Amino acid sequence: MSMTGTKYETVIGLEVHVELHTQSKIFCGCSTSFGAPPNTHTCPVCLGHPGVLPVLNRQAVDFAMKAAMALNCQIADVSKFDRKNYFYPDSPKAYQISQFDQPIGENGWIDIEVDGETKRIGITRLHLEEDAGKLTHVDGGFASLVDFNRVGTPLVEIVSEPDLRSPEEARAYLEKLRAIMLYCEVSDVKMEEGSLRCDANISLRPYGQEKFGTRAELKNMNSFRGVQRGLEYEQWRQAEVLDEGREVVQETRRWDDAQGKTISMRGKEESHDYRYFPDPDLVRLHIDEAWKERVRTTIPELPDARKQRYTEQFGLPAYDAGVITASKKLADFFEESLQYTGDAKAVSNWIMGDLLGHLNANNLEFEDVSITGQGLGEMIGLIEKGTISSKIAKTVFKEMLDSGKTPQTIVEEKGLVQISDEGAILGIVKQVIERNPKPVEDFRSGNDKAVGFLVGQVMKETKGKANPGLVNKLLQKELRS
Amino acid sequence: MSISIQDVEHVAKLARLDLSEEEKQTYMKQLNAILQYADKLNELDTDQVEPTSHVMELVNVTREDERRSSWPIEQVMKNAPEEDEGQFKVPAVLD
Repeated sequence: MSMTGTKYETVIGLEVHVELHTQSKIFCGCSTSFGAPPNTHTCPVCLGHPGVLPVLNRQAVDFAMKAAMALNCQIADVSKFDRKNYFYPDSPKAYQISQFDQPIGENGWIDIEVDGETKRIGITRLHLEEDAGKLTHVDGGFASLVDFNRVGTPLVEIVSEPDLRSPEEARAYLEKLRAIMLYCEVSDVKMEEGSLRCDANISLRPYGQEKFGTRAELKNMNSFRGVQRGLEYEQWRQAEVLDEGREVVQETRRWDDAQGKTISMRGKEESHDYRYFPDPDLVRLHIDEAWKERVRTTIPELPDARKQRYTEQFGLPAYDAGVITASKKLADFFEESLQYTGDAKAVSNWIMGDLLGHLNANNLEFEDVSITGQGLGEMIGLIEKGTISSKIAKTVFKEMLDSGKTPQTIVEEKGLVQISDEGAILGIVKQVIERNPKPVEDFRSGNDKAVGFLVGQVMKETKGKANPGLVNKLLQKELRS
Repeated sequence: MSISIQDVEHVAKLARLDLSEEEKQTYMKQLNAILQYADKLNELDTDQVEPTSHVMELVNVTREDERRSSWPIEQVMKNAPEEDEGQFKVPAVLD
Protein backbone atom coordinates (compact mmCIF):
# COMPACT_ATOMS: atom_id res chain seq x y z
CA MET A 1 0.00 0.00 0.00
CA SER A 2 2.96 2.31 -0.12
CA MET A 3 3.11 2.69 -3.91
CA THR A 4 1.34 6.03 -3.64
CA GLY A 5 4.54 7.62 -2.42
CA THR A 6 5.71 9.36 -5.55
CA LYS A 7 2.70 10.78 -7.32
CA TYR A 8 0.36 12.25 -4.72
CA GLU A 9 0.82 14.18 -1.54
CA THR A 10 -1.41 13.08 1.33
CA VAL A 11 -3.11 15.76 3.41
CA ILE A 12 -4.60 14.79 6.78
CA GLY A 13 -6.31 16.71 9.55
CA LEU A 14 -7.54 15.09 12.75
CA GLU A 15 -10.53 15.80 14.97
CA VAL A 16 -9.88 14.34 18.38
CA HIS A 17 -12.37 14.05 21.22
CA VAL A 18 -11.06 13.73 24.75
CA GLU A 19 -13.37 13.00 27.71
CA LEU A 20 -12.50 15.14 30.70
CA HIS A 21 -12.42 13.19 33.92
CA THR A 22 -14.52 15.38 36.14
CA GLN A 23 -16.53 13.78 38.95
CA SER A 24 -19.86 15.00 37.63
CA LYS A 25 -21.26 15.80 34.19
CA ILE A 26 -20.75 19.12 32.46
CA PHE A 27 -24.26 20.54 33.06
CA CYS A 28 -25.68 18.41 35.92
CA GLY A 29 -24.55 16.51 39.01
CA CYS A 30 -24.81 12.98 37.58
CA SER A 31 -21.72 10.81 37.91
CA THR A 32 -19.38 10.42 34.92
CA SER A 33 -17.98 7.06 36.02
CA PHE A 34 -17.64 4.38 33.36
CA GLY A 35 -19.43 1.02 33.42
CA ALA A 36 -22.55 1.68 35.56
CA PRO A 37 -25.84 -0.11 34.70
CA PRO A 38 -27.56 1.64 31.75
CA ASN A 39 -29.36 4.93 32.44
CA THR A 40 -28.62 4.92 36.19
CA HIS A 41 -26.49 8.06 35.85
CA THR A 42 -29.21 10.25 34.38
CA CYS A 43 -31.50 13.03 35.54
CA PRO A 44 -33.99 15.45 33.97
CA VAL A 45 -31.15 17.76 32.85
CA CYS A 46 -29.09 15.23 30.92
CA LEU A 47 -32.23 13.45 29.69
CA GLY A 48 -33.33 16.71 28.11
CA HIS A 49 -36.65 17.07 29.89
CA PRO A 50 -38.53 20.30 29.20
CA GLY A 51 -37.98 23.21 31.54
CA VAL A 52 -34.69 22.12 33.06
CA LEU A 53 -31.70 24.40 33.39
CA PRO A 54 -28.12 23.31 32.72
CA VAL A 55 -25.45 24.79 35.02
CA LEU A 56 -21.84 24.69 33.88
CA ASN A 57 -19.29 22.62 35.80
CA ARG A 58 -16.36 24.96 36.54
CA GLN A 59 -13.87 22.08 36.71
CA ALA A 60 -14.70 21.17 33.11
CA VAL A 61 -13.84 24.72 32.02
CA ASP A 62 -10.59 24.63 34.00
CA PHE A 63 -9.64 21.29 32.43
CA ALA A 64 -10.46 22.55 28.93
CA MET A 65 -8.37 25.69 29.52
CA LYS A 66 -5.52 23.60 30.89
CA ALA A 67 -5.59 21.30 27.86
CA ALA A 68 -5.76 24.26 25.49
CA MET A 69 -2.82 25.97 27.18
CA ALA A 70 -0.76 22.78 27.07
CA LEU A 71 -1.42 22.73 23.30
CA ASN A 72 -0.15 26.32 23.04
CA CYS A 73 -3.58 27.75 22.21
CA GLN A 74 -4.64 31.32 22.80
CA ILE A 75 -7.36 31.31 25.43
CA ALA A 76 -10.54 33.22 24.68
CA ASP A 77 -11.39 36.29 26.74
CA VAL A 78 -15.05 35.69 26.01
CA SER A 79 -16.44 32.25 25.28
CA LYS A 80 -19.97 30.90 24.93
CA PHE A 81 -21.99 27.77 24.30
CA ASP A 82 -24.10 27.06 21.24
CA ARG A 83 -26.68 24.47 20.30
CA LYS A 84 -25.76 22.10 17.50
CA ASN A 85 -29.07 20.76 16.19
CA TYR A 86 -29.51 17.25 14.85
CA PHE A 87 -31.84 14.31 15.28
CA TYR A 88 -30.25 11.11 16.43
CA PRO A 89 -31.34 8.79 19.23
CA ASP A 90 -28.05 9.20 21.12
CA SER A 91 -28.99 12.83 21.83
CA PRO A 92 -32.13 13.22 23.96
CA LYS A 93 -32.46 16.98 23.45
CA ALA A 94 -32.10 16.77 19.66
CA TYR A 95 -29.21 19.19 20.05
CA GLN A 96 -25.75 18.98 21.51
CA ILE A 97 -24.43 21.82 23.63
CA SER A 98 -21.14 22.71 21.98
CA GLN A 99 -19.16 25.81 21.03
CA PHE A 100 -19.36 27.34 17.58
CA ASP A 101 -17.57 30.64 17.03
CA GLN A 102 -16.06 31.36 20.44
CA PRO A 103 -14.19 28.23 21.49
CA ILE A 104 -12.11 28.08 24.68
CA GLY A 105 -8.83 27.94 22.74
CA GLU A 106 -7.55 28.72 19.23
CA ASN A 107 -4.34 28.84 17.17
CA GLY A 108 -2.23 26.31 19.05
CA TRP A 109 0.43 23.83 17.97
CA ILE A 110 2.39 20.80 19.06
CA ASP A 111 5.67 19.37 17.80
CA ILE A 112 5.82 15.79 16.60
CA GLU A 113 8.79 13.68 15.63
CA VAL A 114 8.79 11.24 12.73
CA ASP A 115 11.98 9.53 11.50
CA GLY A 116 14.07 11.80 13.69
CA GLU A 117 12.61 14.97 12.15
CA THR A 118 10.66 17.43 14.26
CA LYS A 119 7.58 18.96 12.69
CA ARG A 120 5.15 21.54 14.06
CA ILE A 121 1.45 20.71 13.65
CA GLY A 122 -1.06 23.52 13.97
CA ILE A 123 -4.12 23.23 16.17
CA THR A 124 -7.05 25.19 14.83
CA ARG A 125 -9.19 25.13 17.93
CA LEU A 126 -10.16 23.37 21.13
CA HIS A 127 -13.73 23.62 22.31
CA LEU A 128 -15.82 22.26 25.13
CA GLU A 129 -18.98 20.22 24.56
CA GLU A 130 -21.10 17.42 25.97
CA ASP A 131 -20.83 13.78 25.00
CA ALA A 132 -23.71 11.78 23.48
CA GLY A 133 -25.28 8.51 24.63
CA LYS A 134 -24.44 5.00 23.57
CA LEU A 135 -26.45 2.95 21.08
CA THR A 136 -26.56 -0.82 20.85
CA HIS A 137 -28.21 -2.33 17.81
CA VAL A 138 -30.54 -5.29 18.49
CA ASP A 139 -33.37 -7.31 16.92
CA GLY A 140 -31.39 -8.10 13.81
CA GLY A 141 -30.69 -4.43 13.24
CA PHE A 142 -34.32 -3.30 13.45
CA ALA A 143 -34.11 -1.67 16.88
CA SER A 144 -31.56 0.18 18.97
CA LEU A 145 -31.15 0.35 22.73
CA VAL A 146 -30.10 3.68 24.19
CA ASP A 147 -28.02 4.18 27.31
CA PHE A 148 -27.81 7.86 28.31
CA ASN A 149 -25.18 7.46 31.05
CA ARG A 150 -22.52 9.03 28.85
CA VAL A 151 -24.73 11.97 27.80
CA GLY A 152 -23.30 15.12 29.33
CA THR A 153 -19.82 13.83 30.04
CA PRO A 154 -17.57 16.81 29.33
CA LEU A 155 -15.51 16.54 26.17
CA VAL A 156 -12.97 18.69 24.46
CA GLU A 157 -12.80 18.52 20.69
CA ILE A 158 -9.35 19.29 19.35
CA VAL A 159 -9.15 20.12 15.65
CA SER A 160 -5.80 20.09 13.89
CA GLU A 161 -4.81 22.09 10.84
CA PRO A 162 -4.45 19.94 7.69
CA ASP A 163 -0.71 19.83 8.39
CA LEU A 164 -0.22 16.08 8.58
CA ARG A 165 1.31 14.50 5.47
CA SER A 166 1.25 10.78 6.21
CA PRO A 167 -0.53 8.16 8.34
CA GLU A 168 2.67 7.89 10.42
CA GLU A 169 2.55 11.61 11.17
CA ALA A 170 -1.13 11.28 12.11
CA ARG A 171 -0.30 8.53 14.56
CA ALA A 172 2.64 10.46 16.02
CA TYR A 173 0.37 13.49 16.47
CA LEU A 174 -2.28 11.43 18.23
CA GLU A 175 0.26 9.80 20.52
CA LYS A 176 1.77 13.17 21.38
CA LEU A 177 -1.68 14.58 22.09
CA ARG A 178 -2.42 11.65 24.37
CA ALA A 179 0.86 12.10 26.26
CA ILE A 180 0.13 15.80 26.81
CA MET A 181 -3.39 15.05 28.10
CA LEU A 182 -1.95 12.44 30.48
CA TYR A 183 0.67 14.89 31.74
CA CYS A 184 -2.08 17.45 32.35
CA GLU A 185 -4.21 14.86 34.14
CA VAL A 186 -7.41 16.07 32.52
CA SER A 187 -8.37 12.66 31.10
CA ASP A 188 -7.36 9.02 31.23
CA VAL A 189 -7.37 9.06 27.37
CA LYS A 190 -8.06 5.38 26.77
CA MET A 191 -9.02 4.62 23.18
CA GLU A 192 -10.49 1.24 24.18
CA GLU A 193 -12.90 2.88 26.62
CA GLY A 194 -13.68 5.73 24.27
CA SER A 195 -12.21 8.49 26.41
CA LEU A 196 -10.00 9.30 23.39
CA ARG A 197 -11.66 9.21 19.95
CA CYS A 198 -10.32 10.22 16.59
CA ASP A 199 -11.89 11.13 13.25
CA ALA A 200 -9.78 12.08 10.25
CA ASN A 201 -10.10 14.13 7.10
CA ILE A 202 -7.86 12.82 4.35
CA SER A 203 -7.31 13.91 0.76
CA LEU A 204 -4.69 13.51 -1.95
CA ARG A 205 -3.29 16.05 -4.39
CA PRO A 206 -0.59 15.84 -7.06
CA TYR A 207 2.75 17.05 -5.72
CA GLY A 208 3.17 20.74 -6.38
CA GLN A 209 -0.56 21.47 -6.47
CA GLU A 210 -1.63 24.00 -3.89
CA LYS A 211 -5.36 23.31 -3.86
CA PHE A 212 -6.47 20.47 -1.62
CA GLY A 213 -8.08 17.43 -3.24
CA THR A 214 -11.59 16.26 -2.32
CA ARG A 215 -11.52 14.76 1.14
CA ALA A 216 -13.15 11.82 2.83
CA GLU A 217 -13.98 11.82 6.52
CA LEU A 218 -12.93 8.65 8.32
CA LYS A 219 -14.67 7.38 11.44
CA ASN A 220 -14.54 4.37 13.75
CA MET A 221 -10.79 4.05 14.14
CA ASN A 222 -10.64 2.66 17.65
CA SER A 223 -6.93 2.23 18.30
CA PHE A 224 -3.68 3.99 17.46
CA ARG A 225 -2.91 1.19 15.03
CA GLY A 226 -6.43 1.46 13.60
CA VAL A 227 -5.88 5.16 12.88
CA GLN A 228 -2.70 4.46 10.99
CA ARG A 229 -4.12 1.46 9.11
CA GLY A 230 -7.36 3.24 8.24
CA LEU A 231 -5.47 6.21 6.84
CA GLU A 232 -3.06 3.95 4.93
CA TYR A 233 -5.97 2.15 3.35
CA GLU A 234 -7.77 5.36 2.46
CA GLN A 235 -4.56 6.84 1.01
CA TRP A 236 -4.24 3.81 -1.22
CA ARG A 237 -7.94 3.81 -2.18
CA GLN A 238 -7.97 7.47 -3.20
CA ALA A 239 -4.77 7.02 -5.23
CA GLU A 240 -6.46 4.16 -7.11
CA VAL A 241 -9.52 6.31 -7.80
CA LEU A 242 -7.36 9.17 -9.09
CA ASP A 243 -5.15 6.84 -11.13
CA GLU A 244 -8.23 5.52 -12.88
CA GLY A 245 -9.17 9.06 -13.82
CA ARG A 246 -12.22 9.09 -11.54
CA GLU A 247 -13.03 11.63 -8.85
CA VAL A 248 -12.93 11.14 -5.10
CA VAL A 249 -16.40 11.58 -3.63
CA GLN A 250 -16.72 13.80 -0.58
CA GLU A 251 -18.29 11.48 1.99
CA THR A 252 -18.00 9.89 5.40
CA ARG A 253 -16.39 6.46 5.47
CA ARG A 254 -16.23 3.96 8.30
CA TRP A 255 -13.03 2.01 9.01
CA ASP A 256 -13.75 -1.71 9.38
CA ASP A 257 -10.86 -3.08 11.37
CA ALA A 258 -11.72 -6.75 10.82
CA GLN A 259 -12.02 -6.38 7.04
CA GLY A 260 -9.13 -3.93 6.92
CA LYS A 261 -10.93 -1.43 4.71
CA THR A 262 -13.04 1.73 4.72
CA ILE A 263 -16.72 1.57 3.80
CA SER A 264 -18.91 4.43 2.61
CA MET A 265 -21.60 5.42 5.13
CA ARG A 266 -24.43 6.10 2.71
CA GLY A 267 -27.52 7.83 4.03
CA LYS A 268 -25.50 10.27 6.08
CA GLU A 269 -24.37 12.12 3.02
CA GLU A 270 -26.88 14.95 3.16
CA SER A 271 -24.79 17.98 3.91
CA HIS A 272 -24.58 18.87 7.58
CA ASP A 273 -26.83 21.71 8.55
CA TYR A 274 -26.60 22.04 12.29
CA ARG A 275 -28.15 25.52 12.59
CA TYR A 276 -25.91 26.54 15.47
CA PHE A 277 -27.25 29.28 17.71
CA PRO A 278 -26.25 30.55 21.16
CA ASP A 279 -27.73 28.44 23.94
CA PRO A 280 -30.11 30.76 25.78
CA ASP A 281 -29.89 28.58 28.93
CA LEU A 282 -26.20 29.31 29.42
CA VAL A 283 -24.63 32.70 29.93
CA ARG A 284 -21.29 33.83 28.55
CA LEU A 285 -17.92 33.07 30.05
CA HIS A 286 -15.61 35.99 30.71
CA ILE A 287 -12.16 34.55 31.24
CA ASP A 288 -9.92 37.17 32.80
CA GLU A 289 -6.15 37.09 33.24
CA ALA A 290 -6.38 35.99 36.87
CA TRP A 291 -8.43 32.94 35.90
CA LYS A 292 -6.04 32.10 33.07
CA GLU A 293 -3.07 32.48 35.38
CA ARG A 294 -4.62 30.28 38.05
CA VAL A 295 -5.06 27.49 35.49
CA ARG A 296 -1.64 28.07 33.92
CA THR A 297 0.12 27.41 37.21
CA THR A 298 -1.41 23.89 37.33
CA ILE A 299 0.29 22.80 34.10
CA PRO A 300 3.21 20.50 34.86
CA GLU A 301 6.45 20.20 32.91
CA LEU A 302 5.30 18.73 29.56
CA PRO A 303 6.90 15.86 27.61
CA ASP A 304 9.06 17.98 25.28
CA ALA A 305 10.51 20.08 28.10
CA ARG A 306 11.11 17.02 30.20
CA LYS A 307 12.83 15.24 27.32
CA GLN A 308 15.15 18.16 26.79
CA ARG A 309 15.95 18.30 30.48
CA TYR A 310 16.82 14.59 30.52
CA THR A 311 19.30 15.02 27.68
CA GLU A 312 20.86 18.10 29.24
CA GLN A 313 20.77 17.23 32.94
CA PHE A 314 21.38 13.48 32.77
CA GLY A 315 23.14 13.14 29.42
CA LEU A 316 20.59 10.63 28.12
CA PRO A 317 20.51 10.02 24.35
CA ALA A 318 17.61 11.93 22.76
CA TYR A 319 15.94 8.70 21.73
CA ASP A 320 15.98 7.23 25.24
CA ALA A 321 14.82 10.52 26.76
CA GLY A 322 11.97 10.59 24.23
CA VAL A 323 10.82 7.06 25.04
CA ILE A 324 10.93 7.59 28.80
CA THR A 325 9.14 10.95 28.77
CA ALA A 326 6.42 9.78 26.35
CA SER A 327 4.73 8.29 29.44
CA LYS A 328 4.35 10.43 32.51
CA LYS A 329 4.29 7.39 34.77
CA LEU A 330 7.49 6.05 33.28
CA ALA A 331 9.21 9.42 33.59
CA ASP A 332 8.04 9.72 37.22
CA PHE A 333 9.43 6.23 37.84
CA PHE A 334 12.75 7.26 36.31
CA GLU A 335 12.97 10.28 38.59
CA GLU A 336 11.93 8.31 41.67
CA SER A 337 14.82 5.90 41.00
CA LEU A 338 17.22 8.84 40.94
CA GLN A 339 16.42 9.59 44.56
CA TYR A 340 18.16 6.31 45.39
CA THR A 341 21.05 6.26 42.93
CA GLY A 342 23.07 8.93 41.17
CA ASP A 343 23.57 6.83 38.05
CA ALA A 344 20.91 8.16 35.65
CA LYS A 345 22.36 6.30 32.68
CA ALA A 346 22.15 2.99 34.54
CA VAL A 347 18.50 3.69 35.40
CA SER A 348 17.78 4.61 31.79
CA ASN A 349 19.50 1.46 30.54
CA TRP A 350 17.48 -0.77 32.85
CA ILE A 351 14.28 0.94 31.69
CA MET A 352 15.11 0.86 27.99
CA GLY A 353 16.39 -2.72 28.10
CA ASP A 354 14.95 -5.00 30.74
CA LEU A 355 11.79 -3.08 31.63
CA LEU A 356 10.49 -2.13 28.17
CA GLY A 357 11.73 -5.44 26.79
CA HIS A 358 9.63 -7.26 29.37
CA LEU A 359 6.56 -5.07 28.68
CA ASN A 360 6.82 -5.49 24.91
CA ALA A 361 7.45 -9.22 25.05
CA ASN A 362 4.42 -9.78 27.28
CA ASN A 363 2.19 -7.09 25.76
CA LEU A 364 1.92 -5.30 29.11
CA GLU A 365 1.54 -1.68 30.15
CA PHE A 366 3.82 -0.07 32.69
CA GLU A 367 0.93 -0.04 35.19
CA ASP A 368 0.83 -3.85 35.00
CA VAL A 369 4.20 -4.41 36.68
CA SER A 370 4.93 -3.98 40.39
CA ILE A 371 8.46 -2.56 40.35
CA THR A 372 8.99 0.79 42.08
CA GLY A 373 11.48 3.52 41.30
CA GLN A 374 12.90 3.06 44.76
CA GLY A 375 13.44 -0.66 44.05
CA LEU A 376 15.34 0.01 40.85
CA GLY A 377 17.43 2.77 42.42
CA GLU A 378 18.37 0.58 45.38
CA MET A 379 19.15 -2.37 43.14
CA ILE A 380 21.62 -0.24 41.19
CA GLY A 381 23.12 0.73 44.55
CA LEU A 382 23.61 -2.95 45.39
CA ILE A 383 25.48 -3.44 42.12
CA GLU A 384 27.68 -0.43 42.82
CA LYS A 385 28.52 -1.73 46.27
CA GLY A 386 29.38 -5.14 44.84
CA THR A 387 26.65 -6.89 46.86
CA ILE A 388 25.24 -8.38 43.67
CA SER A 389 26.69 -8.77 40.19
CA SER A 390 25.03 -7.27 37.11
CA LYS A 391 24.11 -10.76 36.10
CA ILE A 392 22.36 -11.52 39.39
CA ALA A 393 20.71 -8.12 39.13
CA LYS A 394 18.79 -9.38 36.10
CA THR A 395 17.21 -12.06 38.28
CA VAL A 396 16.45 -9.54 41.01
CA PHE A 397 14.96 -7.13 38.47
CA LYS A 398 12.68 -9.81 37.05
CA GLU A 399 11.49 -10.66 40.54
CA MET A 400 10.82 -6.99 41.31
CA LEU A 401 8.68 -6.70 38.17
CA ASP A 402 6.48 -9.55 39.37
CA SER A 403 6.37 -9.09 43.13
CA GLY A 404 7.37 -5.49 43.78
CA LYS A 405 9.54 -6.69 46.68
CA THR A 406 12.59 -4.64 47.61
CA PRO A 407 15.87 -5.80 46.08
CA GLN A 408 17.30 -6.42 49.58
CA THR A 409 14.45 -8.79 50.39
CA ILE A 410 14.85 -10.66 47.12
CA VAL A 411 18.61 -10.99 47.56
CA GLU A 412 18.16 -12.38 51.08
CA GLU A 413 15.28 -14.70 50.27
CA LYS A 414 17.02 -16.22 47.27
CA GLY A 415 20.54 -16.20 48.71
CA LEU A 416 21.81 -14.09 45.83
CA VAL A 417 24.51 -12.18 47.67
CA GLN A 418 27.62 -11.94 45.56
CA ILE A 419 30.58 -14.03 46.68
CA SER A 420 33.41 -11.63 47.30
CA ASP A 421 35.36 -13.88 49.60
CA GLU A 422 38.76 -14.39 47.94
CA GLY A 423 39.37 -17.73 49.57
CA ALA A 424 36.08 -19.20 48.39
CA ILE A 425 36.56 -17.98 44.83
CA LEU A 426 40.19 -19.05 44.69
CA GLY A 427 39.23 -22.65 45.43
CA ILE A 428 36.83 -22.69 42.49
CA VAL A 429 39.34 -20.91 40.24
CA LYS A 430 41.87 -23.66 40.93
CA GLN A 431 39.30 -26.37 40.15
CA VAL A 432 38.36 -24.73 36.86
CA ILE A 433 42.02 -24.40 35.81
CA GLU A 434 42.58 -28.05 36.58
CA ARG A 435 39.53 -29.21 34.61
CA ASN A 436 40.19 -27.13 31.50
CA PRO A 437 43.73 -27.76 30.34
CA LYS A 438 43.09 -26.75 26.72
CA PRO A 439 41.90 -23.15 27.33
CA VAL A 440 44.56 -22.79 29.98
CA GLU A 441 47.17 -23.82 27.46
CA ASP A 442 45.70 -21.41 24.89
CA PHE A 443 45.91 -18.55 27.33
CA ARG A 444 49.45 -19.31 28.32
CA SER A 445 50.50 -19.44 24.67
CA GLY A 446 49.26 -15.89 24.20
CA ASN A 447 45.52 -16.14 23.44
CA ASP A 448 44.15 -13.64 25.96
CA LYS A 449 40.59 -14.33 24.90
CA ALA A 450 40.70 -17.79 26.42
CA VAL A 451 40.34 -16.23 29.85
CA GLY A 452 36.75 -15.28 29.05
CA PHE A 453 35.78 -18.91 28.81
CA LEU A 454 37.42 -19.67 32.14
CA VAL A 455 35.68 -16.73 33.84
CA GLY A 456 32.42 -18.11 32.47
CA GLN A 457 33.15 -21.50 33.99
CA VAL A 458 33.77 -19.99 37.43
CA MET A 459 30.55 -17.98 37.17
CA LYS A 460 28.69 -21.13 36.19
CA GLU A 461 30.10 -23.01 39.20
CA THR A 462 28.96 -20.24 41.55
CA LYS A 463 25.56 -19.84 39.83
CA GLY A 464 26.56 -16.34 38.79
CA LYS A 465 27.19 -15.19 42.33
CA ALA A 466 30.94 -14.73 42.19
CA ASN A 467 32.19 -11.16 41.95
CA PRO A 468 33.28 -11.08 38.29
CA GLY A 469 36.05 -8.55 38.88
CA LEU A 470 37.53 -10.71 41.57
CA VAL A 471 37.21 -13.86 39.45
CA ASN A 472 39.07 -12.17 36.64
CA LYS A 473 41.82 -10.94 38.92
CA LEU A 474 42.34 -14.29 40.62
CA LEU A 475 42.27 -16.22 37.35
CA GLN A 476 44.86 -13.96 35.74
CA LYS A 477 47.03 -14.31 38.81
CA GLU A 478 46.76 -18.12 38.95
CA LEU A 479 47.31 -18.55 35.22
CA ARG A 480 50.44 -16.45 35.26
CA SER A 481 51.91 -18.11 38.31
CA MET B 1 -33.76 37.86 1.68
CA SER B 2 -36.76 35.70 0.96
CA ILE B 3 -37.74 32.12 1.64
CA SER B 4 -38.46 29.81 -1.30
CA ILE B 5 -40.45 26.59 -1.35
CA GLN B 6 -37.12 24.74 -1.47
CA ASP B 7 -36.04 26.48 1.74
CA VAL B 8 -39.27 25.43 3.43
CA GLU B 9 -38.81 21.85 2.25
CA HIS B 10 -35.22 21.84 3.51
CA VAL B 11 -36.12 23.17 6.95
CA ALA B 12 -39.05 20.76 7.17
CA LYS B 13 -36.75 17.88 6.37
CA LEU B 14 -34.28 18.92 9.05
CA ALA B 15 -37.15 19.12 11.55
CA ARG B 16 -38.54 15.76 10.37
CA LEU B 17 -41.84 17.41 9.39
CA ASP B 18 -44.01 16.02 6.64
CA LEU B 19 -45.75 18.99 5.04
CA SER B 20 -48.54 19.04 2.46
CA GLU B 21 -48.19 21.37 -0.55
CA GLU B 22 -50.74 23.66 1.07
CA GLU B 23 -48.79 23.80 4.34
CA LYS B 24 -45.58 24.56 2.48
CA GLN B 25 -47.27 27.58 0.90
CA THR B 26 -48.60 28.73 4.27
CA TYR B 27 -45.23 28.43 5.98
CA MET B 28 -43.42 30.09 3.11
CA LYS B 29 -45.68 33.14 3.49
CA GLN B 30 -45.41 33.18 7.28
CA LEU B 31 -41.65 32.77 7.32
CA ASN B 32 -41.24 35.54 4.76
CA ALA B 33 -43.43 37.82 6.85
CA ILE B 34 -41.28 37.11 9.90
CA LEU B 35 -38.06 37.81 8.01
CA GLN B 36 -39.48 41.03 6.57
CA TYR B 37 -40.33 42.13 10.06
CA ALA B 38 -36.82 41.35 11.22
CA ASP B 39 -35.52 43.27 8.21
CA LYS B 40 -36.64 46.43 9.93
CA LEU B 41 -33.55 46.06 12.11
CA ASN B 42 -31.41 46.64 9.04
CA GLU B 43 -32.63 50.19 9.01
CA LEU B 44 -30.57 50.81 12.14
CA ASP B 45 -26.86 51.48 12.08
CA THR B 46 -25.36 48.72 14.27
CA ASP B 47 -21.71 49.19 13.30
CA GLN B 48 -20.79 50.22 16.81
CA VAL B 49 -22.95 47.60 18.58
CA GLU B 50 -21.47 44.36 19.90
CA PRO B 51 -23.40 41.28 18.76
CA THR B 52 -25.67 40.07 21.54
CA SER B 53 -25.38 36.38 22.32
CA HIS B 54 -27.42 36.60 25.49
CA VAL B 55 -29.92 39.09 26.83
CA MET B 56 -28.82 38.66 30.44
CA GLU B 57 -25.95 40.68 31.84
CA LEU B 58 -24.85 37.69 33.93
CA VAL B 59 -21.55 35.97 33.16
CA ASN B 60 -19.64 32.95 34.56
CA VAL B 61 -22.53 31.13 36.19
CA THR B 62 -20.94 27.86 37.21
CA ARG B 63 -21.17 25.13 39.82
CA GLU B 64 -18.62 23.08 41.76
CA ASP B 65 -17.74 19.65 40.38
CA GLU B 66 -19.89 17.73 42.86
CA ARG B 67 -22.00 14.66 42.28
CA ARG B 68 -25.68 14.71 43.08
CA SER B 69 -28.05 11.77 43.00
CA SER B 70 -29.40 10.70 39.66
CA TRP B 71 -32.99 9.63 39.12
CA PRO B 72 -34.17 6.13 40.03
CA ILE B 73 -34.22 3.98 36.91
CA GLU B 74 -38.02 3.44 37.20
CA GLN B 75 -38.51 7.18 37.00
CA VAL B 76 -36.16 7.48 34.02
CA MET B 77 -37.98 4.72 32.16
CA LYS B 78 -41.36 6.41 32.47
CA ASN B 79 -40.47 8.39 29.37
CA ALA B 80 -39.29 5.44 27.32
CA PRO B 81 -41.61 4.68 24.38
CA GLU B 82 -40.43 1.10 24.78
CA GLU B 83 -38.06 -0.36 27.35
CA ASP B 84 -35.60 -3.20 27.32
CA GLU B 85 -33.77 -4.01 30.56
CA GLY B 86 -33.27 -0.43 31.65
CA GLN B 87 -32.63 0.92 28.17
CA PHE B 88 -34.70 3.04 25.82
CA LYS B 89 -35.73 0.96 22.83
CA VAL B 90 -36.09 2.89 19.59
CA PRO B 91 -36.39 2.06 15.90
CA ALA B 92 -32.96 1.41 14.41
CA VAL B 93 -31.14 4.29 12.85
CA LEU B 94 -28.74 3.02 10.26
CA ASP B 95 -25.37 4.66 10.01
